[in-house]
Amino acid sequence: MAELTEAFSIVGKPLTKPDAFAKVSGQTKFADDLALPRMLYGRILRSPHPHARILHVDTARARALAGVHAVLVGEDLPVKFGILPVSQDEEALARERVRYVGDPIAAVAATDEWIADEALDLIEVQFQELPHVMSIEQAIAADGEPIHGSSNVHKAVALEFGDTEEAMRTAEHVREDVVFFEGNTHLPMEQHAAVAQYAADGKLTLWTSSQTPHYVHRALGKVLELPMSRIRVVATPNGGGFGGKSDIFSHELVAAKLAIVTGRPVKITLTREEVFYAHRGRHPVLMKVRTGFLKDGRIKAMQFQSFLDGGGYGSYGVASTYYTGALQATTYAIPRYRFEGVRLFTNKPPCGPKRGHGTPQPRFALETHFDKVAEELGLDPVELRLRNLPSPDSKTVNWLRITSCGLEECIIKVVAGSRFLDRRTSMPPGRGLGFAVSSYLSGAGTAIYWNDMPHSEVQLKLDRNGGVALLCGAIDIGQGSDHILAAIVAEVLGVGLEDIQLTTADTDLTPIDLGSYSSRVTFMAGNAAKTAAEKVRDRLLEAAAQTLHCDPDELVARDRRIFRRSRPADGLSFAQAVQRAEAEAGLVIATGSYTPPKLTGPYKGSGVGPSPAYSYSAAVVEVDCDEKTGEVTVPEVWVAHDIGRAINPMLVIGQVEGSVYMALGEALMEEQTFRLGLHKFPSLLEYKSPTALEAPVMHTYLVETIDREGPFGAKEAGQGPLLPVIPAVANAVYNALGVRIDEIPITPDKVLKALNDKTKRVGPKAVPTFQFPPVIKSDVPDEWKGK
Amino acid sequence: MSIADRVVVRLRVNGEDMAVMVPPYKTLLEVLREDLGLTGTKHGCELGECSTCGVLVDGRPFLSCLAMPLDLEGREITTVEGMASGRESHPLQVAFAELGAAQCGYCTPAMLLTAKALLDRDPHPSRQAIKEALAGVLCRCTGYLKIFEAVELAAARADR
Repeated sequence: MAELTEAFSIVGKPLTKPDAFAKVSGQTKFADDLALPRMLYGRILRSPHPHARILHVDTARARALAGVHAVLVGEDLPVKFGILPVSQDEEALARERVRYVGDPIAAVAATDEWIADEALDLIEVQFQELPHVMSIEQAIAADGEPIHGSSNVHKAVALEFGDTEEAMRTAEHVREDVVFFEGNTHLPMEQHAAVAQYAADGKLTLWTSSQTPHYVHRALGKVLELPMSRIRVVATPNGGGFGGKSDIFSHELVAAKLAIVTGRPVKITLTREEVFYAHRGRHPVLMKVRTGFLKDGRIKAMQFQSFLDGGGYGSYGVASTYYTGALQATTYAIPRYRFEGVRLFTNKPPCGPKRGHGTPQPRFALETHFDKVAEELGLDPVELRLRNLPSPDSKTVNWLRITSCGLEECIIKVVAGSRFLDRRTSMPPGRGLGFAVSSYLSGAGTAIYWNDMPHSEVQLKLDRNGGVALLCGAIDIGQGSDHILAAIVAEVLGVGLEDIQLTTADTDLTPIDLGSYSSRVTFMAGNAAKTAAEKVRDRLLEAAAQTLHCDPDELVARDRRIFRRSRPADGLSFAQAVQRAEAEAGLVIATGSYTPPKLTGPYKGSGVGPSPAYSYSAAVVEVDCDEKTGEVTVPEVWVAHDIGRAINPMLVIGQVEGSVYMALGEALMEEQTFRLGLHKFPSLLEYKSPTALEAPVMHTYLVETIDREGPFGAKEAGQGPLLPVIPAVANAVYNALGVRIDEIPITPDKVLKALNDKTKRVGPKAVPTFQFPPVIKSDVPDEWKGK
Repeated sequence: MSIADRVVVRLRVNGEDMAVMVPPYKTLLEVLREDLGLTGTKHGCELGECSTCGVLVDGRPFLSCLAMPLDLEGREITTVEGMASGRESHPLQVAFAELGAAQCGYCTPAMLLTAKALLDRDPHPSRQAIKEALAGVLCRCTGYLKIFEAVELAAARADR
């Protein structure tokens, strides 16, 4: 069937999302809002030591407390798990060893939370404390007992595309920088919660604030040793995720086990302090970047090293490690590239994916590096970027396929909007402008566990009154995925958003969507929804064509009608068309599936980085610095984002603004740091995050490149716009004060230190000595040969 | 604590008189959510740090996680469930929905009530006054701009 050529009726419009009124009325049911009859409350005992052997756990006194219904220890859930098949290193409750303060050890279910807490106090654990490792350098030095296995090295990789040393020799200007990005956390306002019910028929249901219910489903099957067909996972709307709810968490497995043991529903809601321990947030990363340029600013080669402080367990860390090296070449045309990365275990809460997963750190390294290089080459920072733009419809040197690329237009928008080039050389004292660019995935091209099945699936069922039931495993975490699914289906079928009945993220009812991570839902679930809707529309047009005695090609679905394009009065209502189709061939249903194209390159490790499309962003940030206090504030931000096509521009701008906000928090204040093995500030008061008072004026520009593979041309919006903002802040501080803060966050103490230091710089001086594995050498794609 | 130690708490919530028997140490947040079924009020820290649990007491923003219900007998408590008039959403609710000021929606109830308290005392607040009024309520999704715009839209509509 021909694509509708008329202007869209829903796509591209700033419409109110379907779940908006539930949210503003307080009717949205988050996980902790659920309460079931006879429900018990679970609490988890956590390690007070960063690294210790568990010698003995005595639960007798806890079990004897009135109101306690069950106590679990590690032996009750002995099967190990982990989000990645290669990192099955976690236990729901630690059996022999704890690896960070907050590592779960035992759990209680009681009639209320006070009794459960009292019972935790009655559990006696004997520990043998072990030396703890709290930094990259300590982990490499590895004096004490390794945190896992025989070494603290979790994953080390080395990849090279072409001969970078040879290319460096032909470079006219080579620069090397070492920078550090401290870890920080997602801080969703909703603490994680899970409610489990084990029904009399032997069926387990878990409601959980998870971004990845499918992976939780798999882990429950594995750890509880139950067939997945007897487990139902329902993801509740997430009160913020940002990557922090995309792992499998102890409390989910423990709530389920407690429900099985007691035969009663069990709820576990984490306290705010526990959320800091659950973490899986931004890795602290130490980086070295070395780039060779020609005098005109064109890149000849880049060598990049990253050292990730992973925390106590694997989590997504293998992927995070690769991501610190993957997207350098989607942002710039780099003819020769070498990446070496290592992730180390430390005795901290495990790190994982936070908005931008593994890419904000290298982006900070690259964009500040480029700012310095531009100055050395006598180019303005914009010109240096423009001379190294990636090409649309190309392959990067590390074999990543680029389809659409709106980076140049993004750059033009923010530079013009901020008058960057005119103003940067004439800013008043203490004021500065900084510029940076970035790219990001529209969904990971490979699944977390190897399989060749679709990544997203959608099912549609039409009822006789014209209602459309839409079923999909995707979960709305605030990003607006419910709207995107409904908008795409409503657009194709020519009905209203209010005609779509959504059922999402329920493993009993909805087909698979891999989860709300890696900026994949609009692209992948959106494509699946569009395919399903087109199938069902074609059936309706066929049925209507028979009634109207015309060719289906002459018909249009629009305004809840199906009518002739040339004679709009000639038509049926949408409901009548459904009735005709149902009378003819039974229930009107359709499915749509999306599998990304095979995009991996010809080398081991090519599974992380490929995406069916990349988004592009550029930002200019203005800072106001106080030389006396070292305080940096941000009055104004200009950000442009290549969204492909905005299915709903209001929601896209919301994602951009939220990304800018989160980036400013990371750039200026947020950090997850430790003292004597303890988290310094596991509380919302002391973990500083920006308030309404810190909100800058933001100018958002959406660039539409209409990607050929995105649904209606759409790409991602949730993560990419965060990336350029952090280095743009650092570059702006340099523009304002002439100091280089090569370490995130840029806190007042660092600014003052740099102002008082003769190098006018704060940051790491070198990376530790580390023997990376032998480099895996890959050829370069044809288009880079001879360059 | 045994059942016998529970106390009767009488509260006036959203214009209705209610009575529950609860342990005296239960916070207003817990009584609203667990005993009165008003789960629209959320929690982010239960330590008075994030204002996610904000409600109105006699029209002023109040942290329900730090409030003891016995202290509030005879006071007028408003939760997000009490913002609408019958089926009619409050203009702030409409503006938040229309402008995308609620992303995940978790801070939204407290944000709405805090904004309502502001507009009730200052129907035409400046952007700075809005920022100051909302500064205690943390939001991690929006970057706050759409929230400011929604408050301004609701204020502007009230004139018409």
